[in-house]
Amino acid sequence: MAFESLTEKLQNVFKSLRSKGRLTEEDVKVALKEVKLALLEADVNFRVVKQFVKSVEERAVGADVMNGLNPGQMVIKIVNEEMVSLMGSETTEIKLQPGKAVTVIMMCGLQGAGKTTTAAKLAGKLKLKGKKCLLVAADVYRPAAIKQLEMNAEKQEVDFFSMGDKLSPVDISRAAIEHAAKNGHNVVFIDTAGRLQIDEEMMQELQDIKSNVEVHQTLLVVDAMTGQEAVNVAKTFDEKIGVDGVILSKMDGDARGGAALSVKAVTGKPILYVGMGEKLSDLEQFYPDRMASRILGMGDVLTLIEKAEAALDIDEDKEKEMSQKLRKGKFDFEDYLESMNQMRKMGGISSILGMMPGLGMGIKNQDLENAIDEKKMAQTEAIVLSMTKKERQNPEILNPSRKHRIAKGAGVDISEVNRLVKQFEQSRKMMKQLPGMMKGMGKKGRFRMPF
Amino acid sequence: MGFFEKLKNGLTKTRENIARSFDNVFTPNEIDDDFYEELEEILIMSDIGVSTTGNIIEELKARVKAQHIKTTDACRKVLMDSIKEQMTVPEDAYDFEKGKAVILVIGVNGVGKTTSIGKLAAIYKKEGKKVMMAAADTFRAAAGEQLSEWARRAGVDIIRGSDGQDPASVVFDALKAARARNADILICDTAGRLHNKKNLMEELKKIHRIIDKEYPEAARETLVVIDGTTGQNALLQAREFHEAAEATGIIMTKLDGTAKGGIAVAVESELNIPVKYIGVGEGIDDFERFDPETFVDAMFASAEL
Repeated sequence: MAFESLTEKLQNVFKSLRSKGRLTEEDVKVALKEVKLALLEADVNFRVVKQFVKSVEERAVGADVMNGLNPGQMVIKIVNEEMVSLMGSETTEIKLQPGKAVTVIMMCGLQGAGKTTTAAKLAGKLKLKGKKCLLVAADVYRPAAIKQLEMNAEKQEVDFFSMGDKLSPVDISRAAIEHAAKNGHNVVFIDTAGRLQIDEEMMQELQDIKSNVEVHQTLLVVDAMTGQEAVNVAKTFDEKIGVDGVILSKMDGDARGGAALSVKAVTGKPILYVGMGEKLSDLEQFYPDRMASRILGMGDVLTLIEKAEAALDIDEDKEKEMSQKLRKGKFDFEDYLESMNQMRKMGGISSILGMMPGLGMGIKNQDLENAIDEKKMAQTEAIVLSMTKKERQNPEILNPSRKHRIAKGAGVDISEVNRLVKQFEQSRKMMKQLPGMMKGMGKKGRFRMPF
Repeated sequence: MGFFEKLKNGLTKTRENIARSFDNVFTPNEIDDDFYEELEEILIMSDIGVSTTGNIIEELKARVKAQHIKTTDACRKVLMDSIKEQMTVPEDAYDFEKGKAVILVIGVNGVGKTTSIGKLAAIYKKEGKKVMMAAADTFRAAAGEQLSEWARRAGVDIIRGSDGQDPASVVFDALKAARARNADILICDTAGRLHNKKNLMEELKKIHRIIDKEYPEAARETLVVIDGTTGQNALLQAREFHEAAEATGIIMTKLDGTAKGGIAVAVESELNIPVKYIGVGEGIDDFERFDPETFVDAMFASAEL
């Protein structure tokens, strides 16, 4: 999963913040230093990182954070917001000419960025929207580039246009647009050769295409794995050719994709799509907000907090009582039932897990869902509910005859009941032995938040 | 134009910015925290990565202390020497070229595997070896055609499969052919694959096993191709490919752009896989065995030179 490593990094940062009651200016600095390192390791451009960290710091150090209910959450919120605003705050679509008019789209980028594949994927996408697309082979340099586009066009069942590799890309483009006008194509994709942004001759070629035929959209394809170089590439292409939008390719790798942030920050041009796979259909819309929270790996922490606040209106006294009980190892099955109810109010275990940072995605989530079976939880609850009030309050009185009755009531085997009682006793003992562990419950004494 | 010139030119252009930053940072001055901080920034901007940069700076600090260096200008050479030492290619790195060898070329999509193979073949051919190619990228549209074109340019034989054919079977056929025709070096192209795609990595293992079984007497060389513009993800790529197919070397491509190729330093430092070849341009001659001396000189060359 892309960004995963950055996610983990940031989480470690915030983990060290969570134990503290309130954030000092020093805390913010320490945390942001880690954020900076994490972003650099994600290949976000150095200058972009600097700027980013500065803007977060300006917002984080100060009253807002100090007044927040939980300072750690506040920092997460600010980092997240700044990230979203850096990435662009809304989803952008490719601008097509109105009605049946022909839109000419020129694809450009470095060698190996994935222009040819992306052009075909885009054409396939627009075809589904009822557009008649034409893929034009204007890469006359790379051996077999034309053939590659032709084969992709065939797979997508999109029309293909080529004049071999002997004519100039300008002539090919001009002829292709005429061809499109005659044959009723709405969208023309010009697949150009990969080139270095410092190769002036090759850049001139793109300028020539642009000045000789009407290009409506120039799309830059950027490899998500690009390093610090991404800014130079994007900047130069934009300055010399003029870029209207960016497509990030190879996002299905595990690159943290800092290039996305860099390119957006430097050019201000929207990221339109992300390439998520090898198949021609794997081209996805780019959602800046989703991407930002994915970068942060904070899942939907803020939502979780809100939900938790709303669901758990436990008054202070009850909380105190609860944590007292826990500390003394005196909690019983009644308390157990109560905490299960609270969990349910928050939307069940899997929804909580989904909102939890680090568990929000990927394989880990699957593993956990397998481990914490919601059916199992329901079964456990059935067992507890089959006990009498007296039994719940005094688990000691549970003898084999009572256990038999409970097992029958819950519709489970008696071994399940035994197991639950045993587990319960063990955790009771553990709580007693480890009073230090309970300090983490804090004065709120409720479900412990992971930050 | 000599290779050093090409490399330097390649690394020039906006490299000038970096060179200028280097010139700036090494302007005779007292060595202080600011100096190290600026140096850190430049190294990170070269894609060397945070942790390798940290190591390099620690090493520099140690040497500065040991050699009683007082000014920043003297640090340039110390720094370059230290990186050169680290990038030194082991003596036996090219032993495989001497006898019969099978070279497996692997890497993610679009790094320049096919092109690199074309250029490698040309080098070996020039050295009087009988070279063959195996087009085991049966996935990407027209990959076989692309390699055939390179085979034609280099004047070497190529074994091709059909589109979608099991790549391992293409390699199998190529191994038989290489033996029968008494080829010195067989270079196998593979489909670009992201290193986090498990089944594709399994496919590599399978190819690896087939070579082991069918042609055990040949020297084995597995070269991971890394795009010089790649950032820190290259470390993951190299690691995963190494795990799947026991990489013995790195080919660094596309160093003719403005990318500093600092990632080469990071890969070498963190994974200890030597860079063996680098590509600095489109031409068939713009590809050579790696020379740490030239590379580091070009990377750190002054803007004035």
